[in-house]
Amino acid sequence: MNFFSKLYYKLRKMWKVIQLYLVIAGPGIVVMVADNDAGGITTYAATGAKYGYHLIWFLLLLIPVAYYVQEMTVRLGAVTKRGLAEAIFDGFGATWGWFSLVDLMLVNWLTLVTEFIGMTAALHIFGVPPWLTVTGVVLLMAIIVLNGRYWTWEKIALLFCALNLIYIPGAFMIHPSVSDILKDGLIPNFPGGFNGQLFFFLMANIGTTIAPWMLFFQQSAVVDKGMQEKDIPWGKFDTLLGSALTVVVAIFIVIVTGTTLSGTDIESAGQAAEHLMQTDRYVGTFMAIGLFDAGLLGAICISLASSWAFGEIFGWAHSLNQNIKQAPWFYASYFFALITSGLVVLIPGAPLVLITLFVQVIAVTLLPAALVFLILLLNDRPTMGDYRNSGWQNLIGGFIVAAIIVLSSLYGISVMFPNLFQ
Amino acid sequence: MRASLKRLFRKIGEINHRYREPRIAMSRGVKASLLFLRIYLLFLVCLMVYKFILLLN
Repeated sequence: MNFFSKLYYKLRKMWKVIQLYLVIAGPGIVVMVADNDAGGITTYAATGAKYGYHLIWFLLLLIPVAYYVQEMTVRLGAVTKRGLAEAIFDGFGATWGWFSLVDLMLVNWLTLVTEFIGMTAALHIFGVPPWLTVTGVVLLMAIIVLNGRYWTWEKIALLFCALNLIYIPGAFMIHPSVSDILKDGLIPNFPGGFNGQLFFFLMANIGTTIAPWMLFFQQSAVVDKGMQEKDIPWGKFDTLLGSALTVVVAIFIVIVTGTTLSGTDIESAGQAAEHLMQTDRYVGTFMAIGLFDAGLLGAICISLASSWAFGEIFGWAHSLNQNIKQAPWFYASYFFALITSGLVVLIPGAPLVLITLFVQVIAVTLLPAALVFLILLLNDRPTMGDYRNSGWQNLIGGFIVAAIIVLSSLYGISVMFPNLFQ
Repeated sequence: MRASLKRLFRKIGEINHRYREPRIAMSRGVKASLLFLRIYLLFLVCLMVYKFILLLN
């Protein structure tokens, strides 16, 4: 009897902990899963197709990389109750603030275009014309944000995050060899030796793991959600869970393309889905649905990151808890970015490939700056108090930030000069 | 239209005034980091200009 009462008490306690987490859960998981956007899916699909399972170990290394960077935004947002754009203006003055804001707007808008490219390519496989995809996505996103509650928006976003897991059953359907995955994937190795092309793929995987909009988005989401200092441990756990989830999804994409398209050069996730359709209709369908979902989730988060940042600086009402009458400029900027980027995809002969490449180049002008500002702000004792970075956090975070700066910069440069690492 | 632009520029002026001075203490580390960023960005801009010239040629 005593055993059962103890067990009941423990289960009840555990359920309460889960309930508490479900209240706090959101920003970390949403931002991390949204990181697997259309561009990310393309990178992972191409990595699997090119190198099979051999780079899975490298993807696992990206869990702490993503976690250590993003958890800093949780602490900064919960303590200062400000988004990163406002924190940069306040901390480093108007010049650096304008640089970050304008750069963020530009890179976010260009990334939104790439999300629409991914979504139209995904639905094109099912015969949906691009104009219908763009119109449908804009309408769907209007319904999601115009309900006037952050909570509802977040839960819908989490639903789309769950759909991102579609690659997992997709991988099981093609019956990959588990022993091959463990043998080739978990032991660090460089297939074909450490050459320029492999280095390009490693840089591309790092580049897709941390994007500038993620830093701005998560901090603003933490503020809009109303997280307090006491919620930081849960926010950190949420971020860790999100980091693990995003890498797990990436690994399953690599397994899908590594099993079925090994040795193929893939230029886009849409192309991978079309190839997979010929091999296995269901897996190809899953790939296409996953690509659409990834683009949609990316678009939901990226357009919000821009609107939040604008609202913070211009002093407009900028919360999802406010309706369109209370925050007209917030929603106007949101739909302006969304509609214009969607329209670009519909322009016949638009330089979409150039835009896709340009995103990487512009991103490297903002990412290092945003990361350096983040570290400096996290070391600001008067603001952060007990929540400032410890020596260890500075050491680990500093090392990761330095590595990201070097690798993402090299990636951006290699996009400009493709023969550099060949 | 002109009134809207005027309002926008006034707002930008207000923002510039509000954030005129950086609030973070400019320690040696902060100064060095900002200097690094300036050099880094200048390097990237030079690369982009070089690439642009290459494309034009």
